[in-house]
Amino acid sequence: MATLGEKVQDVFNEPGCDVNQTKGTKERKKGCTKQLTPGAAAGGCAFDGAKIALQPITDVAHLVHGPIACEGNGWDNRGAKSSDSQLYRTGFTTDITELDVVYGGEKRLYKSIREILDKYDPPAVFVYQTCVTALIGDDIEAVCKAATAKFGKPIIPINAPGFVGAKNLGNKLAGEALLDHVIGTEEPEFTTPYDINIIGEYNLAGELWQIKPLLDELGIRILACISGDAKYKEVAYSHRAKAAMMVCSKAMINVARKMEERYDIPFFEGSFYGITDTNESLRQIAALLVQKGAPEELLARTEKLIFREETRAWEAINHYRPRLQGKKVLLITGGVKSWSVVSALQEGGMEIVGTSVKKSTVEDKEKIKELMGEDAHMFDDMRPRDMYAMLKESRADIMLSGGRSQFIALKVKMPWLDINQERHHAYAGYVGMVELVKQIEQALYHPVWAQVRKPAPWEVSPQELSLAELSGETTHMTIEAQAA
Amino acid sequence: MATVVTNHKACTVNPLKMSQPIGAALAFMGLNHCMPTLHGSQGCTSFGLVLFVRHFREMIPMQTTAMNEVNTILGGMDNIEQAIMNIWERAKPDVIGLASTGLTETKGDDVDAYIKLIRARHPEIAEMAIIYASTPDYVGAFQDGWSKAVVCIVQELAVPCSVKHMDRINVLPGSHLTPGDIDEIREIIESFGLSAVFIPDISGSLDGHIPEDFTPTTLGGTTLEQLRTMGAARATIGIGNQMYAAAVELEMKTGVPYTMFDRLTGLEANDNFLHYLSKLSGKPVPMKYRRQRSQLQDAMLDAHFYTGGKKIAIGAEPDLLWSLGSFVAEMGCELMAAVTTTHSPMLEKMPIAEVLIGDLEDLETRAKECDLLITHSHGRQMAERLKRPFLRFGLPIFDRLGTAHKLTVGYRGTKELVFEIANTFMADEHEATPESWLNNSEAGNTEAGVAGENFAEEHECASTGGCSSCA
Repeated sequence: MATLGEKVQDVFNEPGCDVNQTKGTKERKKGCTKQLTPGAAAGGCAFDGAKIALQPITDVAHLVHGPIACEGNGWDNRGAKSSDSQLYRTGFTTDITELDVVYGGEKRLYKSIREILDKYDPPAVFVYQTCVTALIGDDIEAVCKAATAKFGKPIIPINAPGFVGAKNLGNKLAGEALLDHVIGTEEPEFTTPYDINIIGEYNLAGELWQIKPLLDELGIRILACISGDAKYKEVAYSHRAKAAMMVCSKAMINVARKMEERYDIPFFEGSFYGITDTNESLRQIAALLVQKGAPEELLARTEKLIFREETRAWEAINHYRPRLQGKKVLLITGGVKSWSVVSALQEGGMEIVGTSVKKSTVEDKEKIKELMGEDAHMFDDMRPRDMYAMLKESRADIMLSGGRSQFIALKVKMPWLDINQERHHAYAGYVGMVELVKQIEQALYHPVWAQVRKPAPWEVSPQELSLAELSGETTHMTIEAQAA
Repeated sequence: MATVVTNHKACTVNPLKMSQPIGAALAFMGLNHCMPTLHGSQGCTSFGLVLFVRHFREMIPMQTTAMNEVNTILGGMDNIEQAIMNIWERAKPDVIGLASTGLTETKGDDVDAYIKLIRARHPEIAEMAIIYASTPDYVGAFQDGWSKAVVCIVQELAVPCSVKHMDRINVLPGSHLTPGDIDEIREIIESFGLSAVFIPDISGSLDGHIPEDFTPTTLGGTTLEQLRTMGAARATIGIGNQMYAAAVELEMKTGVPYTMFDRLTGLEANDNFLHYLSKLSGKPVPMKYRRQRSQLQDAMLDAHFYTGGKKIAIGAEPDLLWSLGSFVAEMGCELMAAVTTTHSPMLEKMPIAEVLIGDLEDLETRAKECDLLITHSHGRQMAERLKRPFLRFGLPIFDRLGTAHKLTVGYRGTKELVFEIANTFMADEHEATPESWLNNSEAGNTEAGVAGENFAEEHECASTGGCSSCA
């Protein structure tokens, strides 16, 4: 078994990643995440990343081995949905005490595993390592091995303590754990030529279910989604899929690539955000399946479905288009979402005045340039202060971002829409795109803006007041004109 | 009255508890122009930040020393220095509130010494206060972190003052008070012609107001000037037993005498509080509060029909548990389960046979027969499984709005609480049916089953609300 250090190096040496391939050996060793600046850093740790990647597996008990902070401060806080078991939303932690820090927490971990199996009887337990227990030298791999032998159930060590790096590294280490301990350990009851894996989709707000009906209609079976709404056994037999789609570009590339290497499952990188991307992804799935032996008629059926869905979606979007035409959007998100949402918004007639590319790869950035032109406003690390200024000066009409930055928009009384982990609306596929456009329209034209922006009557001089009234009228007229 | 026991499980299931460092961070958020910073891995800050954002629905300033594997082993001096200097350069705060974590405490970083060395190296930051609280994650709970941070604020900044302001009093509020509670207490104190300085004051920074400009640090809260003149006050009031240590510390450092109020929820509790203020100020209790007192009496009378004999299960931090638990007992409810996070002298005084330091799984086991469940938002899954009415109190509350303004102190806050609890029971009342008084157990079960179903229906739209997020 490779040590954690070796694992991290292995993950950094990712042949599937173009950026990595252009680096020298020395540079590669440093890894792909920038060194964090103390006092000016943001974002989750590796443990957080590992948990995000695996917690959507619904019937598994996710046990966090560490002090209360790691689970107690943030459990049940993600929007990954389940069609069945709710066990993944139960918070399990060893909640180690000072004595455990001194004497070691392995015994407590072992007993915890036994308690969970006794009370909840899950098909597997995932044990997450954290900083403190890593530092004191608790060997979770050994404990898991002993527990697996003793209890006869897979107890899987997820060795991604927070201090080894950022969230993204944690995603990858979680993937490694699946490759090492889960994938390939069970067999499906039957297989079909239409079995696929979807890798890096977490079923946030139920987005997988916006796609699944389309695949069902084509007769394509999701053998395993890694990890949205997945069951343990589905991940365990996912190595029997014929093809795979990798959804979140940087998160789980190692899983997709190594599954291709080990089990001959070809994959492509795609997205279900935006109509053209959804079209493309469906085509690619069909093409890969045909390439792997599915009947060729699948291609024609796919085209038919795309045509029907696309027409329907465009009709719905055109309804909103006049009111969205030319609206300026500031898009703060990471990775694959940048470009896939950019194209989606452009389809709605909106203009992207800036997008963050903090977590995006060079490929991602190229795609954005393709979409937005060479002068695309890409920000590597946009400071909250700059977002605030941009919105305050009305250089953008709406901001789309994650929950943490929403108040930057709200405090300048500008519309904001959640497009990250905690969002409540699902935006995938054709229906999702229509929903996104609808939500943007609703946000932009919400009656609350006019009310909260209007100063209190005693705060304006009579002269200003008449001016304000005038400009208010003009805005109103413009809106009407656009609506017409 | 109560025996305090700790559960004997190896595995905590569905944590009630949160960790010390973020309790300390919240206390630092109540200081003006402050940057709360956790000395630990970036995840420690990230989890806390997300939690507070979801609870307060506010921008939360919080930084990290971003420790990694290597500098944890080598010691965090460089990281703390870089963090302090970066924060200084970017945000120029008045205060940096630094709290350690499990990671850096396990290593054993001597942060006090680091700060001395850093100060010697960087004379330019002399004016900026740096407050350090040692708060390992694996000891105590959120409330302990808050209370330690306030002790450290006092230790660092309180000085004896020769000039006294006879109308000024210091108020040390516990972490269980909301910004709305603090505003209410301030209003009460001010009505006696006194001026109150809260240490810390999250009503200024986390009350959900719209500031004029962007600031990367806290905006509002106790100012450095106010902190440095704590010693000029005439008296100190501590609210919640968790503030006892800070009140004592403040008296020892400045000679300002303290008075503790273990809670401000309930009729008698507030009578005592107003009586104290009246004696202190030499002024009669204002008409406004006599009127409010009478309203509260009336509310309690109206409500007592519904609250009498009801069985209540509460999961909360010690001081909140004490406030709510004592009060529901005063309303004739039976406290049937009390689960908390950490030790406190108040626990033994609880009106129940046993208080358990445990988790929400323990509460779920004990709350099966309850008429009302009270805990923070993480109780939502349990409430759904048990099909019991559920009121959210404590932190975090992420599936309800207005948590910052929730009021449970003063006559007014107590009145609102009485109504909220009694209304919950009224909404859950079971209609009588011909079978209600049948003597065989089978019929009894049917009745319970029907009631349960009715409740589940109502529960879906009225009680849990954020069903999409629970589903």
